[in-house]
Amino acid sequence: MSSPHIFEGHGVSGTMFRVMAALVPGIVFYVIAFGPSILISLTIASLTALAVEAAMIRLRAYPVKPFVTDGSVLLTAWLLALSIPPMSPWWLIVVGTVIAVVFAKHLFGGLGNNLFNPAMVGFAALMISFPAYMTHWPAPTVLAGVHLGFGDQLAYMLTGALPAGMEVDAINMATPLDTLKTQLHLHHTVSEVLQMPIFDVIGGKGSMWIAAMYLLGGIYLWRARIISLHIPLAFLGGLFLMGAFFYLKDADHYVAPWFHLATGGTMLGAFFIATDPVTAAATPRGKLIFGFAAGALTYVIRVLGGYPDGVAFSVLILNAFVPLIDTYTQPRVFGHLKNEEASK
Amino acid sequence: MRTLHTFHGGIHPPEHKAESNAQPIVQAPVSKRLTVSLRQHMGTPAKPLVQVGDKVLKGQMIGEPAGFLSAAVHAPTSGTVIAVEPMAVPHPSGLPDLCVEIEADGEDRWIDHAPIDYQTAPTQAVLDHIRNCGVVGLGGAVFPTHIKLGVQGQLDTLVINAAECEPWITSDDRLMRERADEIVQGIEILQHLLQPKATLVGIEDNKPEAVSAMKQAAAGKAIEILAVPTLYPTGGEKQLIKILTGKEVPSGGRPYQIGVVCTNVATVYTVHRAVNHGEPMISRVVTITGNVKQPGNFEARIGTPLDDLLALAGGALPDTNRYIMGGPMMGMPLPDSGYHVQKGSNCFIAASDALFPPEPAAMPCTRCTHCAEACPVGLRPYELQWFIRGKNFDKARTYNVFDCIECGCCSYVCSSNIPLVQYFRYAKSELMERDREKRAAEMARQRSELKQQRLEREKAEKAAKLAAAAAAKSESPEEKAAKQAAIAAAVERAKAKKAEGDAAPEAPAETIKEEA
Ligand code: SF4
Ligand code: SF4
Repeated sequence: MSSPHIFEGHGVSGTMFRVMAALVPGIVFYVIAFGPSILISLTIASLTALAVEAAMIRLRAYPVKPFVTDGSVLLTAWLLALSIPPMSPWWLIVVGTVIAVVFAKHLFGGLGNNLFNPAMVGFAALMISFPAYMTHWPAPTVLAGVHLGFGDQLAYMLTGALPAGMEVDAINMATPLDTLKTQLHLHHTVSEVLQMPIFDVIGGKGSMWIAAMYLLGGIYLWRARIISLHIPLAFLGGLFLMGAFFYLKDADHYVAPWFHLATGGTMLGAFFIATDPVTAAATPRGKLIFGFAAGALTYVIRVLGGYPDGVAFSVLILNAFVPLIDTYTQPRVFGHLKNEEASK
Repeated sequence: MRTLHTFHGGIHPPEHKAESNAQPIVQAPVSKRLTVSLRQHMGTPAKPLVQVGDKVLKGQMIGEPAGFLSAAVHAPTSGTVIAVEPMAVPHPSGLPDLCVEIEADGEDRWIDHAPIDYQTAPTQAVLDHIRNCGVVGLGGAVFPTHIKLGVQGQLDTLVINAAECEPWITSDDRLMRERADEIVQGIEILQHLLQPKATLVGIEDNKPEAVSAMKQAAAGKAIEILAVPTLYPTGGEKQLIKILTGKEVPSGGRPYQIGVVCTNVATVYTVHRAVNHGEPMISRVVTITGNVKQPGNFEARIGTPLDDLLALAGGALPDTNRYIMGGPMMGMPLPDSGYHVQKGSNCFIAASDALFPPEPAAMPCTRCTHCAEACPVGLRPYELQWFIRGKNFDKARTYNVFDCIECGCCSYVCSSNIPLVQYFRYAKSELMERDREKRAAEMARQRSELKQQRLEREKAEKAAKLAAAAAAKSESPEEKAAKQAAIAAAVERAKAKKAEGDAAPEAPAETIKEEA
């Protein structure tokens, strides 16, 4: 045993479980806004993730207990479940989770070695393979024509069957971002579109509050010194500046930048996804570049691209640039004139 | 008001000063047997001057400095030398080292004291005096003090390191509270020797009593007492210099290169005792704390058995299973209490698994960068450990592993409980070993070249001799002339070879000698 003789580290599991705790307020508001189905998706994703992780760990001959209980795979499962539509069929959740854990995590070498954010790889794979399912978002309960109880939602997710006489269209609805995009294409102005009942003060009904809770959770993570604010602030800044630029150019066709902050996966992405330490840039300046670029790219994909949201794709694209970003943003070392080692 | 600067990173481990900082310094009784190591300083061990059976007086030199980077060692009390042999010493290598064991006669009889008037004596005489009194840096590095104080050239700032940033340790705190006047007298000696433009004493602000005691003692003198924010490792030499002066010691360099000399506060006190009272360094203040009944601070003779000090602290509690010399961040682990007070022992901590829980098993790095945020040097430990685990030591060198001060901040914060500092120590020793091998290979190459030249020279000389012998036998004048020419040519060749062989290898031959 050698120095130091004291330690503060909470272990990987301590970190992961605190990140999950930070997600809980958002999940509570999720249930309020969309009903209990999100709890079912979280459960399906978690169980799948644990089973697949255990199998992979055993296959790779690692000690099963510390690695399965490190919490990292559960966090991946949660982030995936929170990113896809809450009333997705069970198999969609299972497929996404398996892709995330097997392909994005373990084939890259497991915890700490993956280049791409596993939850986002799972999300992107589903988005490309099953676009129809990935755009089926349930309407917020305050707007839905009919109300589904826990049993009804569970039955729908497991069997795809709705209570007798009910149509899928009655419970599904385009997301606020989607609605905005479609309506703008139909040559309505932003202010006209925002009159629609799906929108709240900023963002969508229900989802605005979920975003606020994610922001709260993110602040907790910062205060608990689990994340630094570099990435989230740069991400929000990148998104906001892009939004502001287009908004100032043409307010009829481009929604206000704060709307972008409150909708879609922005807050979840800024505080919980882009900050995944394994796949994000690691130097202070690198984190700023990484976050800003991811935020700006999110805007581009959202507004100009074909997908309803851009968080997943922009984070994945930036993941690929992390080695480069880190190499060219090395901080100066004490007693050295500048970062001489950077270019070596 | 002087503006303070900051360094990157740092941590706030639990301080644990309250356990012992209210306990005044107690004179530890002289132990029956004292074991004094001859290597209590950085550099060459002292050369023993005594043999088994010799009678020694308190303060008598028993080990003389061997060379420039060395310091004297003295008998801590009067008595009889009963052993001069390798014994267990607290050293990272874990190897036994040459020690002198003295059985006390109980009289504690001093040598004649020989103070020196530093105001009138030539500088070199004062430095020699300090060297002969065995004064070394007491902050941990045990660097011979006379070398530090002997720097040439104009000095900007004299920094007195009184930060005591490691948790648990309170020996400097107590020393400042109780003997501030004598510390100031020591500072004045340093000021006389070094003539700095400014003298700054840095004390962490978790020691307000020490700050005010020092302020009172330094009132009206050209000494600034500065309370610096409590943040580990503020007491790191380069960190404290940065905080107080805003200047960074260049990588791989020494403070004097930027016009600064930095000395620990207890060292300054020892300089005062040596110069003004003629007392060699035979005792120091040691904090005994941790898993003991009554933690405290003791002025103990060098060579005092740890067991005796533990007894003074009420004894180690039953679940104690190891000890730490120094603080919990950089201190040296000791498996048991069979060790003795060294000049560098500012603290011994009795440790139990309850008080110092062993680190949980390491998990893979998640690049959370907490280590980089904590590193006072601005290194990126997560990158370094990655290279080192892949045995990519050269990359570790490029990423400045040699700038690591082994402060332990990164290991302390690592959320995956990776023993990062151990990786860095390993990489440094591995790289140094490689450098040594490279030098050795280079020397071997030069040696074999030398041998080759010698063989050729001998061959040529032999040929010349043979030719001469043959010439003596021959008859015809023509033949004689031809042979003479051949001889002359051979001798010329041999001479040329010899000259070549003599000139070229000079330097390498020297190097070989030094290395051996
Ligand atoms: S031990 Fe070395 S790498 Fe770790 S924090 Fe200290 S200086 Fe930095
Ligand atoms: S603190 Fe530990 S886990 Fe985090 S980046 Fe550093 S080495 Fe990796």
